[in-house]
Parts: sequence; structure tokens; C-alpha cells
Amino acid sequence: MEAYLSGTGRLPAAFLRPGSSSFIEFLGDHQPELLPGRRELPAGAQPLQAPHGTTIVAATFDGGVVLAGDRRATMGNIIAQRDIEKVFPADEYSAVGIAGTAGLAVEMVKLFQLELEHYEKIEGTSLSLEGKANRLTTMIRGNLGMAMQGLAVVPLFAGYDLDQSRGRIFTYDVTGGRSEETGFAATGSGSLFAKGSLKKLYRAGLTAEQAATAVIQALYDAADDDSATGGPDLTRQIFPIVSVITDEGFRRLGDQEVGELAKAVLGHRLEQPDGPQAPLL
Amino acid sequence: MSTPFYVSPQQAMADRAEYARKGIARGRSVVVLTYADGILFVAENTSRALHKVSEIYDRIAFAAVGRYNEFENLRIGGVRYADLRGYSYDRADVNARGLANVYAQTLGTIFSSTGEKPYEVELIVAEVGKTPGDDQIYRLTPDGSVVDEHGSVAVGGNSESIATYLEQRHEEGTSLLDALKLAVESLARDPNGGAPRTLTPEQLEVAVLDRGRWQQRKFKRLLGTQLSRLLEGDASAASDDEEPPAGSAAAAEGE
Repeated sequence: MEAYLSGTGRLPAAFLRPGSSSFIEFLGDHQPELLPGRRELPAGAQPLQAPHGTTIVAATFDGGVVLAGDRRATMGNIIAQRDIEKVFPADEYSAVGIAGTAGLAVEMVKLFQLELEHYEKIEGTSLSLEGKANRLTTMIRGNLGMAMQGLAVVPLFAGYDLDQSRGRIFTYDVTGGRSEETGFAATGSGSLFAKGSLKKLYRAGLTAEQAATAVIQALYDAADDDSATGGPDLTRQIFPIVSVITDEGFRRLGDQEVGELAKAVLGHRLEQPDGPQAPLL
Repeated sequence: MSTPFYVSPQQAMADRAEYARKGIARGRSVVVLTYADGILFVAENTSRALHKVSEIYDRIAFAAVGRYNEFENLRIGGVRYADLRGYSYDRADVNARGLANVYAQTLGTIFSSTGEKPYEVELIVAEVGKTPGDDQIYRLTPDGSVVDEHGSVAVGGNSESIATYLEQRHEEGTSLLDALKLAVESLARDPNGGAPRTLTPEQLEVAVLDRGRWQQRKFKRLLGTQLSRLLEGDASAASDDEEPPAGSAAAAEGE
């Protein structure tokens, strides 16, 4: 810790300077080398292989939102990790799921969680859901240099808006462009298939459990057609991570709970491998 | 040209200590006591926005009396210190002892530097442990001394008489309800022996570091109806906290 303190061991002036409630701004002022976006890449660096996280899906329901992710990380054609966690609570009423370079994404989430907590402690009140979504934009934008080297991070942000009393979903592009989605959204390599699946499964007035089943179906469809997305792994008992955010806050469904939903989905797929069918007209 | 008067170093320090002490004694007090499930903070404070008791980190809280701008500055510095430390190492590596040391150095340097006016603040840094034996409470005076306190402590105006009152009556392992009752009694006493004042929930700022909370962050303010019910002696209000949702423990560990 000595490096952070001046010679006498007292708090340096930057710590006591009034002003910003943002931890990222404080870090940029005081220890910029700790900020992910400030690192210089060596000139002429070639795109390198690093573990990549894949598919994240989200869907709103009456009174909240579910956010779920598969458990696979890939590195080229190799499965780098079977049980990676890609859905994290951002604070009490929001969560973030990450697709892209796993190492950078996990660091980004850690900093994002801290940014929200820091603001809450300094100001004594939390940021609005829009404010949180905008903070994430800034962080993705800071990673643009890395993204151009093939190390992109593309999160999906979902939360319960206490002012509007409803669940909301925000998607991002690699430049930090933010858009709010209605109903459902997906990001990552399997997102095309997951979105196609949710398009047919999603409807207004779902319950939390129905929405959780819908996102598990979507993840199954993504794993069905995208080699980088992992399906439910019965032999190792590895199931997707499903989190539910309501006015009571963030809740991650237990392994047993998700396991039962996933087994029900698998059971139906034994009879209908392509999943539930929507009416033609 | 006139020669400046000679002031002995002892006298200069004594004057500074007296200056800081007077500033602190003008304000209302804060008391901190341990109870079976954690540490209780009670401050006499009519403001809902300008806090005397605040969260620093997962298991650490901060209480202060004296000049608001000065202790608010130190509080923000402490939050920044803790968050930076937790970010560069791990959340488990942030502890009250380290924070108390940094505050002590900061206050001590300011106190003995002739260019700066001493801070008119007295701070408490407390950390709730896994067991009551691991609880830590540090009191910091304006000159940068650190006192390792056990059981109960009071800072602010009449702090001496309040501390004696608490020391005689506080028992280890007491319930939240009894600890709160004792804390409010000690604040309401008239130091001159007159009838005690009545303190309403609106005049009190109450918070706990509750080791039983399932969340990573153990700090919680007791507000509104929950506080009123606790003050009336309704023990069921203590467990008003939401139940730990299934799977949440795993989620907290996974962070």
C-alpha cells in the first residue's frame, strides 16, 4: 500500500480533494495505470488468442427482468473453460452479462461494480438506471483501442428501474453505442440464434419462471447452432447462470432451480429436438 | 522591527489541542457499542442528509463528530482508500486497522504542521468480525492518537460522562434492542444531573454493522418505522431484513 500513500503515510491530497463521486475519475487522476483503458498496446501487435465468452440473453417479464448466460469460454477451436461465469450483479438492482474477451470483460465488470458502489457510498444514494447504463458506455468506449486489436468486450446490461417500476434491458455495440431494447435482447456469438428463438417464444405477461424457461430455451437454441456456446451439461451438472431482478433486488437462481428448468427443457427436446413450435398464422 | 514572542513547543501543542477539543465539545455526541450480532452506531443528528455515521467498506464503518466539512473530507478519503485497496488487491485485504493508521497519520501530520489549523474532529473506525471476538473499534483524536476501544465508546460533547455511563452498564453479547436502549439513554442524560431529555426517532441517526447479513456489505441504516419499532422495544423489528434468497450466497461468493 505504501505506493498509494505519501512519505508520511498520510492520505495524499488527491484522496481528500472534494469533487468527483466517480471511482474511475479518481483512479484516472491518481493511478491511471490501473485503469483498463489506459494501457498502451505495443506497436504492430498482432491480434492474439485469448478466451472469449459467448452468449448472453435477457428478457423482461411483469415486474422485472431475467438475465442469463451460457457457461462456455472458447479460444479459437478450443473450449477454454466449461464453467465460466458471465453474469454478475452490478449492484442491488442491476446485473451485467458479458460477451467478448473474458479477461478484459471480468476486469470491466469488477470496475463497474466498484464504480456503482463507490458512487453510492460517497453520495448516499444510488445512480439512476440510465446513469448506470451511461457509465458502462464510457467504460466500453475506453476499451476501443483493444477492441480494434480483436479484444472486444460487449456487455448486456439489465436492471429494475425503481422510478418506472419495470425491468429494462440495454445493449451495446463495440464502440459503446447504447440502445434500450424492448422485451428481449441477446449479445455474443450465439446471439443471432438466441434472438431468433426468443422472438418466437417471448410474449407479454410472462411470469418470472416462464421468462427463465424462455431464456434457457434460447440458450439451448444458440448452443444448438453456434459451436462457441455451451448447452446444459448434464454429465457435469453445469447449467446456465440465470439471474432475476425485481423490486426485491438481484437474485441468482440456485443451481438446483436452474437444473430443474434446464432438465424440463431437455425433456421436451427429446421429443421435439427443435424446441416448441409457434403457430404459422 | 518587533521580535515575535517566544512560545514554547509544549504551549503551542497544548493550545492546538485545546482549540480542537473546544470545537468538538460544541457538537452532539455519537456512541458506538458492540452487541451480539455486530456493532451499533447511534448519533444525535436531526439531518437526514448530512450523516455522522457512514459506510466505508464491506465490514467497516465510520462515525465522526466535529466540523462537518473536515470529517466529510476524511470520510471520502477513507472510501477512496478502501475502494482502491480492494480493487488492487482483494476485498478481504481491506481492514479497519490499516484505515485507522492512515487516518492517524493524516490527522497527526495536520495537527503538528504549523501551516495548517488542526482538524476539529474525532473519528471512530469500526470493523465487524466473523465472531464477536474479532470486532474492532478504533477512536482517533485530532492529534492523531489511536485508541483501541472495547465494548463501547463515545465521542463528542460530554463524551466522558457518556462513556463512563456506557462502560458501567454495557455487557458483552447484549441484544440489539438492549444495546439501542442503552445508547439512547446515554445520549439523553443530562450531564448536570437534571431530568433526561426524550429523543425521538427523528433526532437519531442509527446504523449497524450486522455480521448476520447475507450480503457482502454488512452496513445497514435503521430508519423510519423499523427504528421507531425498535425504540419501542419491538424485538421482531430487528429481523425485518429480507430473507436470503436461494442461490444468492453462491452469487456473492462468485463476485
